[in-house]
Amino acid sequence: MEIRLSGILCQATGGASSVEVSGATIGEMLASLALKHPAIQDHLDDGVAVAVNGEIYRDRTDQVIPKGAEVFLLPRIEGG
Amino acid sequence: MPYETDYTNQKFSVIGNRVNRPDGVDKVTGRAKYGADASAAGQLVGKILRSPHAHALIKKIDTSKAEKLPGVKAIVTGDDFPDFTGGNRSLMDTLENCMARGRALYDGHAVAAVAAVDAQTANQALKLIKVTYKKLPHVTDVDEAMKPNAPIVHDWIRTAGVDPAPTTASNISQRNEFGHGDVETGFAQADIIIEKTFKTEQTHQGYIEPHACLATLGPDGVGELWVTTQGHFTFRNMCASLLGLDVAKLKVTSSEIGGGFGGKTHVWMEPVALQLARKSNRPVKLVMTREEVFKATGPTSSTSVDVKIGAKKNGRITAASAELRYQSGAFPGMWGMLGAMTSFACYDLKHVKSVGYDVLCNRPKVAAYRAPSAPMAAFGVESVIDLLAAELKMDPVEFRIKNAAKKGTQASYGPVYGPIGIGPTLEAVKNHPHMKKRLGKNQGRGVACGFWFNFGGQTCTDLNIGIDGSVNLTVGTVDVGGSRASLALIAAEELGVDYDQVRVTIGDTSSLGHNDTTEGSRGTFSSGMATIFAARNAVDVMKQRAADTWGIPVDQVVWEEGVARAKGRQNSNLPPLSLKEIAAKSPRTGGPIAGHNEVVADGAGVSFASHICDVEVDPETGSTRVIRYTVVQDAGKAIHPDYVEGQFQGGAAQGIGWALNEEYIYGDDGTLQNAGFLDYRIPVCSDLPFIDTEILEIPNPNHPYGVRGVGETSIVPPLAAIGNAVSNAVGVRMTHVPMSPPRILKAIEDAQ
Repeated sequence: MEIRLSGILCQATGGASSVEVSGATIGEMLASLALKHPAIQDHLDDGVAVAVNGEIYRDRTDQVIPKGAEVFLLPRIEGG
Repeated sequence: MPYETDYTNQKFSVIGNRVNRPDGVDKVTGRAKYGADASAAGQLVGKILRSPHAHALIKKIDTSKAEKLPGVKAIVTGDDFPDFTGGNRSLMDTLENCMARGRALYDGHAVAAVAAVDAQTANQALKLIKVTYKKLPHVTDVDEAMKPNAPIVHDWIRTAGVDPAPTTASNISQRNEFGHGDVETGFAQADIIIEKTFKTEQTHQGYIEPHACLATLGPDGVGELWVTTQGHFTFRNMCASLLGLDVAKLKVTSSEIGGGFGGKTHVWMEPVALQLARKSNRPVKLVMTREEVFKATGPTSSTSVDVKIGAKKNGRITAASAELRYQSGAFPGMWGMLGAMTSFACYDLKHVKSVGYDVLCNRPKVAAYRAPSAPMAAFGVESVIDLLAAELKMDPVEFRIKNAAKKGTQASYGPVYGPIGIGPTLEAVKNHPHMKKRLGKNQGRGVACGFWFNFGGQTCTDLNIGIDGSVNLTVGTVDVGGSRASLALIAAEELGVDYDQVRVTIGDTSSLGHNDTTEGSRGTFSSGMATIFAARNAVDVMKQRAADTWGIPVDQVVWEEGVARAKGRQNSNLPPLSLKEIAAKSPRTGGPIAGHNEVVADGAGVSFASHICDVEVDPETGSTRVIRYTVVQDAGKAIHPDYVEGQFQGGAAQGIGWALNEEYIYGDDGTLQNAGFLDYRIPVCSDLPFIDTEILEIPNPNHPYGVRGVGETSIVPPLAAIGNAVSNAVGVRMTHVPMSPPRILKAIEDAQ
């Protein structure tokens, strides 16, 4: 599947805004991404958010990713 | 997902009722205990010595005279805070912000602290501490700080997010770009392009209760912290990390909170109080003065924003771009990034690009403030949207509706939206009676939209049923905006009992698993979800007790309106068992009845609001009076409508203060000139009209009751709504917030 990235996260993928990864869940997909682009691990350790079909998940690494879903990696967001 | 997804047209018994708040009596009688209201036997008074300079090398700190003062029990400086951060830069920034390490980075930066037997002795000791400074060049303006010859705040900062990676230091900590399409192509298709630059000044959340805590920490590493905070679990983890403590040995209890709005999501002086307690082996109470709150906690960014939007004559936007420069104080932040992510989120744009810069200055470390960064971005974008509508001779609401994001729109920050509420809020604005009210002389009307991400996060609750049938619900999310009332309603709904039968308590860090901080509009969303599941667990226990009592299988028992019923003709002779009856027999039927839940409450859903504002501007003085204000926002499901409306009104009120009056004013020497409520003027009741509200209820499919967070989005549109209203009233575009009387007069004079 394709995971898309933006912002400062693209720096960790050598500028690529889209990466082919594997995995059935958010956790597996992030592990796959880190294998391909180890520099992303620092961001994963700091925390990221993942949008699956527009729904933003911050912590549910067990969230299943439906087939054909749009997956977007975002920086982790703080609120007030 | 462990929960259902279809929540439309749900029927509720108690949800949606405007019940009395459970903390009301405590708060009006003075029984509620806030951060400064705790005391302990033998407690000392903590005080902090702060830098009078904007930027200075700390050459020497001589505490010898202060140490000899009778009654002084402990003094700490940066040397008393060993580095336990393990190379974590963010933790080190927090530690250095709590106590300077070799350099004072802003006016008010802590350089030493004292614990003494009383306040007089502590203050006297502060005067006896001799600090030798060497003043360094400083910078407090965001645009100045970005210039190549600007004084550098940290020589280790290299701008992240640029290629190739820089090799020299800069005050720009990171650059973040979001968007899609090709804005140059889009602008080439436009019939009209408008480009403007905007500035907003730094503001403080303005919570009435100053930071306060009571700390104990023994030589065995066991400690307790009573503190006013939005997140006591986060404070525990943070303090333990900074001070090298075991998390489980530090118990943190949250007091009642007198406002936070994001400013109490981070530690400021709590690690200092704990370290003073450890060094003196006595409890230490530390309460900030208002001046300290202004100078040394976390206000929001000052900003400088360029917005460019192009549109066709038919009213369709062809491209939009923005460059957003956010001042983050003396440490790196993510505020420019958030501004870039939120700036165009309300609109359906084929070509969009937003670039956010986080910029260091010699000011206090910026913290979250209610939908952090979004109001300033919205000020610029919504102002240009209004200008475009005027150029196109279109109604500004119709123009927004024509370009509003909808299901299937690719958000400017990346993903494709599911069902969202911006369209319905704009339609509600269009049809609101407020829009039909005629305006008088010197009056103007403005509308604006706003967007914010909500989130859920880690949550853990316990629900215990007493033998009299009363219910104690323990949650770990601090009640900053009425969540105890909402959560009691939710527990009552699930159990089928009266609201008054449920008592909600905020548990300390030893009594529950981790709960994320109450931020991101998550309190009622996340603890509400965990409460539903905990209550359902308790219902399962009660059904089993009833089944055992009757001697029938549990699958023949249903729970309806607070009673267990045996279903089926064969059980028709079994009378229902109420919650109270089951609870009364619980000691002999298996012991206490409880339900528990821990959940990562993701799926909070994004939030939109649209506001209408009428103002009257005195052209002689430049003074502005808000004469009517209306908030329209999607709440998913309003559990307690009073509190939802209160959040809408509170956000608007803070936004009105931000738009018209509030600003940090720095002198040429880099020191803050107005660190108090006399010179930093937040709006009071007499400054505000009644703020009307309209709650839209478009259920969030990721919450069992359809709840969305409501606490933050309402502060996003006001700067722009008021900016548009003032601009329409005076006939001059306002581009600088706050729109204080001198700025309005100058804008009128410049236009003439």
